[in-house]
Amino acid sequence: MIQEFKKVWKQYTIGMVWLLGLLWPMLGIHADGTLTFQKTITIWSYILAGSFVCFMIYIMKSGSSFKFIADPVSRAANGVKSASAALPIWVWITVAVVLALIYPQLAGRYGTDVAITVLFYICLGLGLNVVVGLAGMLDLGYIAFYGVGAYTYAILNVTYGLAFWVCLPLSALSACIAGCIVGYPTLRMRGDYLAIVTLGFGEIIRIILNNWMTLTNGPNGILGIKPIGIFWPMFENGFTFEHIWVKKLQFFYYFALGLVILTIIGVHRLNLSRVGRAWESIREDETAAELMGVNTFIYKLLAYAMGAVFAGMAGAFFAARMKFVSPESFTFLESAMVLCMVVLGGMGSIPGIILGVVALIALPEIFRELESYRMLVFGATMIIMMLFRPAGLIPAKRMGTRSEEKEG
Amino acid sequence: MRLLPWHKPHLLVRPNNLKLRKLNTMEYFIQQLINGLTLGGMYALIALGYTMVYGVIQLINFAHGEFFAAGGYVGAIALAYFAGIGYMDSHPVICLTASFMIAMAYCAYLAVGVEKIAYKPLRKNSRLAALLSALGMSIFLSNGMMLTQGVYDKVYPGELFQGRFDFGMVTISYLQIMIVSLTACLLVGLNLLVFKTKIGMAMRATAQDKTMSALVAIGSNKIISLTFAIGAGLAAAAGIMYGLYYGSVKYDMGFVPGIKAFAAAVLGGIGNITGAMIGGLIIGMVEIFGAGYISGEYKDVFAFIILIGVLYFKPNGIMGENIDDTRV
Repeated sequence: MIQEFKKVWKQYTIGMVWLLGLLWPMLGIHADGTLTFQKTITIWSYILAGSFVCFMIYIMKSGSSFKFIADPVSRAANGVKSASAALPIWVWITVAVVLALIYPQLAGRYGTDVAITVLFYICLGLGLNVVVGLAGMLDLGYIAFYGVGAYTYAILNVTYGLAFWVCLPLSALSACIAGCIVGYPTLRMRGDYLAIVTLGFGEIIRIILNNWMTLTNGPNGILGIKPIGIFWPMFENGFTFEHIWVKKLQFFYYFALGLVILTIIGVHRLNLSRVGRAWESIREDETAAELMGVNTFIYKLLAYAMGAVFAGMAGAFFAARMKFVSPESFTFLESAMVLCMVVLGGMGSIPGIILGVVALIALPEIFRELESYRMLVFGATMIIMMLFRPAGLIPAKRMGTRSEEKEG
Repeated sequence: MRLLPWHKPHLLVRPNNLKLRKLNTMEYFIQQLINGLTLGGMYALIALGYTMVYGVIQLINFAHGEFFAAGGYVGAIALAYFAGIGYMDSHPVICLTASFMIAMAYCAYLAVGVEKIAYKPLRKNSRLAALLSALGMSIFLSNGMMLTQGVYDKVYPGELFQGRFDFGMVTISYLQIMIVSLTACLLVGLNLLVFKTKIGMAMRATAQDKTMSALVAIGSNKIISLTFAIGAGLAAAAGIMYGLYYGSVKYDMGFVPGIKAFAAAVLGGIGNITGAMIGGLIIGMVEIFGAGYISGEYKDVFAFIILIGVLYFKPNGIMGENIDDTRV
């Protein structure tokens, strides 16, 4: 086993020595002119121990010395898979929806709060998935459309007193327009240029939100946004509809859930439609798609606008939930976080993205004391996923069969 | 949210020229020109790393801004250490030179490792995978710096290069002279390295055609490592200059200068070394003049607008050769 993995061992050792050399100047040189090694060695040995365990697991897995564990596990997994395949898909969906419906009754206020955050991010992740997963364009300024949606509702509500349900389509529309404005000049570029230009646009929108004092109140943000108002049937004195504000968290949860279900259905239908196929062909080979008669520019713009629409609607809900918006909520790191969720779950795969969001929002809530390591883990997750499993935890199923697969 | 250094417009217009109240004087213009030259030189140094890396492996190295920030941090640590052991007062020039050397070496070391871990295994995969890996590396490094160095600004020793020349209303600080002359030296040195030596020839050959250069016995892995090392070293030098100029460094300071430097690289024609230098100077000038004459709040926007405009109207940049579709 040692012989077999000689090269990997060598690389691992060099990597760990490299890390030691990297850590020491940052931790061991002090302003009072002393040099210490204690802290560096401690931290390094923690990392060494942790990575060594992972490394051993990796080696034993690829060296198949895990057969006695891996075989029963894979057999059990296969059993579960075949059992789940035996039941039709709608049963699983019903179970998931019922669980989601009764969740706020089981969880407390805190649990519901986390769940609402998860729902927002699922909506954002699915919207970004349209751009990154289906059409294959890397968008690093995605959170700006979320911001546009949130600010549209905030401004229309606070300044003009418009109600939530009037503003929701307007938020979606303004995000869509922003998406078209950003997309129109940029979508002629390919790949990495597009990434950095969308990043630039995202920053521009944030800077405008931060500095346009008369409209957005600058870095102080907008306070006093009204929550969602609905007409609720009342039976006290006859049958009347009464206007109430959705202030209770558990009540709001159902609205967020409704938004997410709408988004899931929308993205799923888009993926199966003619438009979805056009996007997939653009993602796989843009030149070939153009040759086949797909108007690539229009479809790319459409992908961009659709992604922005979902983000805009989520933004309006976000503003109604927080009752406060400020430019701080729409920084580049948020974009990177949403992207990380999509990458972790699997680009193009709806269950994968839900899993990715739950993993990256709910797990940090459990490990509260490790809060400051969160972004570090996010970054590392992105690298590790790209190195070892670029298709994500639950890879997307591809539509139809391909000629090369048929032959093979 | 704490204000970041580049969000403080009052720091951009250096305190020593706040006395210039009249905007439309010749002195103000010359003062801005000098400030722009200083800032543009730093951008040029960062932009070179982007453009060289893009030249050899066609990857936007998102983590490049973090090399810049790491250089700033290591410079601060080294200068503080020298001050701690008392060498700073007796030999300031030697200490400063040593700090530059240490920071550049550290960042080169960092960059070579980063390339081996996060980029090399993905060279055969899709562009999206490498780009996402680079983005992850950027987030990882900036948060690693935050965890080891703290979330607050790290202050540079302020007593260095305090003096300045006064020419009527225009002032030039010693620091600005030091930064501009050092930048010029580094740029000339890099030009000599790339265009006059055998290593430089190998780098240019690898950038043109990797397979062909491998056939004439140029180890492309070594050249790529070397490119990363040189680019990161230049970024580290810019990081120390930035720290000395603005007085402090912060863990996420690499982000915005990184994008601006990328804009500079695109403006000059990505892959083109002379273009990156010119582009950096232009971006620095535009930012300073935009902040001085149009609006200080929107100074970050100017670089982005240039980036978008260049990509839309002239994607090859001002110096770039024609880029065929496989490279764009």
